[in-house]
Amino acid sequence: MASNKGKTAGSGSRGVGKEKDVRRKEAARPPGWAYGLRQLYDSVVEEPLPDSFKDLLSKLDAKQ
Amino acid sequence: MATQKRTAAELADFKRELTQVVPHLRAFARGLCGRPDMADDLVQETLLKAWAAQERFEPGTSMRAWTFVILRNAYLTDMRRNRFRGEFDENVAERILTAPAGQEEPIHLSDMRRALLTLPPERREALLLVGAGGFSYEEAANICGCAVGTIKSRVGRARAALNTMLDEGDIPKRAIDDVNAHRALLEELDLVAAGNGLSEPTR
Repeated sequence: MASNKGKTAGSGSRGVGKEKDVRRKEAARPPGWAYGLRQLYDSVVEEPLPDSFKDLLSKLDAKQ
Repeated sequence: MATQKRTAAELADFKRELTQVVPHLRAFARGLCGRPDMADDLVQETLLKAWAAQERFEPGTSMRAWTFVILRNAYLTDMRRNRFRGEFDENVAERILTAPAGQEEPIHLSDMRRALLTLPPERREALLLVGAGGFSYEEAANICGCAVGTIKSRVGRARAALNTMLDEGDIPKRAIDDVNAHRALLEELDLVAAGNGLSEPTR
């Protein structure tokens, strides 16, 4: 089935350029900060692991 | 609880998988509580709890999702004891996040953090899980122990708030001053107290 993108009722005009309809814009393309959010997370994931964690992980084995 | 003894190989697998998710736990915790030192404390607590509860982990399921539940529960419990106040770490050096190709403005890391911390906790965590952690709505709902529709609405509200703050440059100075965040937090804690907020790290 060919799904119709402009399914939602409302302003019928579909300008290619600057849309006033913010809601539609959000759906079409993630806002600038969305990438930043991901980066914020990834930047922590990529940090080298502090020694305290290595110590803790190695102690876990002794605990079982 | 039927505690089955795990084989040595299973124990080794558990340990390896647990080790692998530590960076993700740190990222999630940092996003939740905003303070690197407290976040790491929370992760350490999570690791100990996960280790103690390892019989309840079902091999083959997502270690990341399982440990996120534990971390989240630990966070909520600590919140109730007033340990974290969602303070913004002022000492973090100002860094600029790069903008993806074809997009206008790079965002300041500190703005991003601060904006995130003004969100009510349950919206913040929903956004972190879906928008940063890459979980599906269904997975995020399982982690938070709520309906998929609830997660969708929380993410939607969080997005709308961040749009206002970051795209329109309207970020409150101090996250802690946000009254709504506190009210939402207290509501959530009531739910937790009633036994509805904490989700079981099972399945």
